[in-house]
Amino acid sequence: MKRTLFRNQLLPWLLLAPQLAITFIFFLWPAAQAVRQSFLRQDAFGINTTFVGLSNFQALWNSPEYLNSLQVTAVFAVLVTVLSMGFALLLAVAVDRMIRSTSVYTTLLVWPYAVAPAVAGILWWFIFNPTIGVMPYFLDAIGYDWNHISSKTDAMTLVVIASAWKQISYNFLFFVAGLQSVPASLREAAAIDGAGPVRRFFDITVPLLSPTTFFLLVVNIVYAMFDTFGVIDATTEGGPAQATNILVYKVYFDGFVGQNMGSSAAQSVILMLIVIALTVVQFRYVEKKVAY
Amino acid sequence: MASITLDKVGKIYAGGTRAVGDVNIDIADGEFIVLVGPSGCGKSTLLRMVAGLESISEGTVRIGDRVVNDIEPADRDIAMVFQNYALYPHMSVRQNLAYGLKNRGTPKPEIERRVAEAAEILQIGPFLDRKPRALSGGQRQRVAMGRAIVREPAAFLFDEPLSNLDAKLRVTMRLEIKELQRRLRTTSIYVTHDQLEAMTLADRLVVLNAGRIEQIGTPLEVYRKPASTFVASFIGSPAMNLISSTALPHLPGVAHAGTIGIRPEDLTVSATGPILMDVLAVEELGAQRLVHGQTGGERLTVTLSSNAELSDSLRLDYRPGSLHLFTAGEGRRID
Amino acid sequence: MIENRPGLNLLAHLTLMLGVAIVALPVWVAFVASTHTATDFMSGTIPLWPGPHLIENYSQMLGAGVSTSGTPPVGTMMLNSLIMALLIACGKIAISITSAFAIVYFRFPLRNMAFWCIFITMMLPVEVRIVPTFQVVADLGMLNSYAGLSIPLIASATATFLFRQVFLTIPDELTEAARIDGAGPMKFFRDILLPLSRTNIAALFVILFIYGWNQYLWPLLITTSSDYYTIVAGIKRMADAVDGLPQWHLVMATAMLAMLPPVAVVIGMQRLFVKGLVETEK
Repeated sequence: MKRTLFRNQLLPWLLLAPQLAITFIFFLWPAAQAVRQSFLRQDAFGINTTFVGLSNFQALWNSPEYLNSLQVTAVFAVLVTVLSMGFALLLAVAVDRMIRSTSVYTTLLVWPYAVAPAVAGILWWFIFNPTIGVMPYFLDAIGYDWNHISSKTDAMTLVVIASAWKQISYNFLFFVAGLQSVPASLREAAAIDGAGPVRRFFDITVPLLSPTTFFLLVVNIVYAMFDTFGVIDATTEGGPAQATNILVYKVYFDGFVGQNMGSSAAQSVILMLIVIALTVVQFRYVEKKVAY
Repeated sequence: MASITLDKVGKIYAGGTRAVGDVNIDIADGEFIVLVGPSGCGKSTLLRMVAGLESISEGTVRIGDRVVNDIEPADRDIAMVFQNYALYPHMSVRQNLAYGLKNRGTPKPEIERRVAEAAEILQIGPFLDRKPRALSGGQRQRVAMGRAIVREPAAFLFDEPLSNLDAKLRVTMRLEIKELQRRLRTTSIYVTHDQLEAMTLADRLVVLNAGRIEQIGTPLEVYRKPASTFVASFIGSPAMNLISSTALPHLPGVAHAGTIGIRPEDLTVSATGPILMDVLAVEELGAQRLVHGQTGGERLTVTLSSNAELSDSLRLDYRPGSLHLFTAGEGRRID
Repeated sequence: MIENRPGLNLLAHLTLMLGVAIVALPVWVAFVASTHTATDFMSGTIPLWPGPHLIENYSQMLGAGVSTSGTPPVGTMMLNSLIMALLIACGKIAISITSAFAIVYFRFPLRNMAFWCIFITMMLPVEVRIVPTFQVVADLGMLNSYAGLSIPLIASATATFLFRQVFLTIPDELTEAARIDGAGPMKFFRDILLPLSRTNIAALFVILFIYGWNQYLWPLLITTSSDYYTIVAGIKRMADAVDGLPQWHLVMATAMLAMLPPVAVVIGMQRLFVKGLVETEK
């Protein structure tokens, strides 16, 4: 809250105009359209629309495909989050022990953040390519016949690895920052109290790191649910047999390829509710951003 | 240069809280006025109303012949020195000094002349091309004053300008401000919570308490004849002893008073004195010692020379004419 | 570190080296693939060490591309990506910093409503309103244009909040000094706020440039003319086209080129990048 303010009344609106215009035209209006369409049904030719109440939502609820997509999304989000955060935490703890080589390792670990999800997908798709990829070659040696084009498990593994890989650097940076903010004096006190490195990690570091962990948990779930469209589209396209058809991919597919506007809109509305819920959770935790 | 007049000035915040009320001050051209009081007494608010940084809810403020209530700060012909100096961190000292002049469209040679002059006066010439963060506290303080000087304004407004400095530097800068003001003869309003700073700088003091003026006067007037128990306890260090008249009923003239005030330095050890004090603690100051004790259930402090003899109880007398009497309820001075 | 345990230190180093290796693996494989010819893949698996065809493959992709895939030369797509990324980054910064200025330094009716309108954009990622947003852009005739690629993406609650935080930490006295020095709102904005936000702007720019460059779904939808293909969206079209045909060396060369600019930005401006990342999430 500022003590000193400027008095103009028109100027602030001029300053806000571009942002508000874009917000209204490309955010609020389309979102409102999605909400409106979620209550309508179009006939096959797109000429007649009728108000159908909640029946689009009802149809989703009764659709095995949609329920499958929900389940796939949940499994995918949990796996990506756990894998990426676990690996990042391990690396962050290792780097936290370093004195001189911290910045070298950091540089070598942060750059995947800059790789587009779609490109990450392409890279891992290539590595796991059943005919010429490196990994299937090694997996074959231990007797596993990798094929993500036909195997649901393999496909899910592929998209999870590609998505988690890209997110490691982000989690790593935040874990390193979190670890550095744990006061050294606390760990020293615990050491004097006779706690060894492992004990100190679980008794001191883990509890004090929990705000970072919680924050990353939310961020990673949001990432897995909404930012991995590129990974899916560049690799499995939701297949095989819907095994990797996460919610955002299904919205896109039903809307653009399937041309089922009512259902796609209803899915959009559900996704909005999920984002809103996640945002609320995140902001209750980092309140200062909105509290003013 | 100009006189400044505050006529029935008051400040009421949006929530309805009154910060300042019924303030009347006539400041003569070239006068150095110090607004002094504890934190939250409204002194800064008052200064900021003169500056135009706070709106004036009641009354009028005049600078020279002009009512400035609705005039922008930039157009009031004042310059202000802030507590944290408020130097633009990304500009060099020179740019800091020149910024206000540049905004007013002052011709370039004129800006250069004035900056050079101010740099000369404040001895900041060698730092003109440095950024504020490369300066020490005292140097920043000088730059902040330089920014005020270059404008050649009708009045300087100082908002606790020395409170970010360490004690030693504060004493030096205090003197510098005093000398500078003597030399430039620019009307000045200076806000501080430090009574010593107020006493040493002011031509006249304005003692504020809870948004009201308690007393206006020269430092000596205020010191010698505090208008209320508040002023009595606020001005002077160690603070004046304020004792309920019931504790010392046998002193002359206390019959109508609620409170008796005696400055610690006005008390002397005397075998025949009317006051008997039990000594509780002694603070050595080098040249003097402060003796704390109690009499009739009231706390009492005495300043004695460091070679004075001490015992568990002291009999004290006061210098003639040094008793201050105050009314019971409001603590107003009785003459 | 408290006690000196060489064993633990060694373990930490080994963990990190393994981590670096895993993180680098896909890019190494892509790089190796991009330096070979199509026939080198015929043997069954790809080679593990770079081949001699680096310059040949990359110059072919940059200059000509793969004509059968329907995508323009990679050089063109990279230029499109650059234009889109710059427009998005600069646009977001410009409209967010003025919005934050309005919200922090002015009091006006409906200010709270404006604030919440901006806030809400955070809850509406493009993925959840994709069909109607596409409709709007189509109705406005913005398909296949740089405006269509960038403008619908430049509203930013995050950037607005970041600048709001920055402005809130700027002492009131500085504003007051500027007012006494005769600076009006826009002068104050230009002379004081902008220079003081310089490093925040730079840090944010790094993050937003990467965000813009890496856009996938949006360019995929609104570009049907290959003149406007961006590299990240184009690479998938290329991979689709060559799937079956053994042209992986060219796809991988394209992938390397697609990640080169943003990765270079992250490594070259690591300090600003970390600052930007931490600040936008705070």
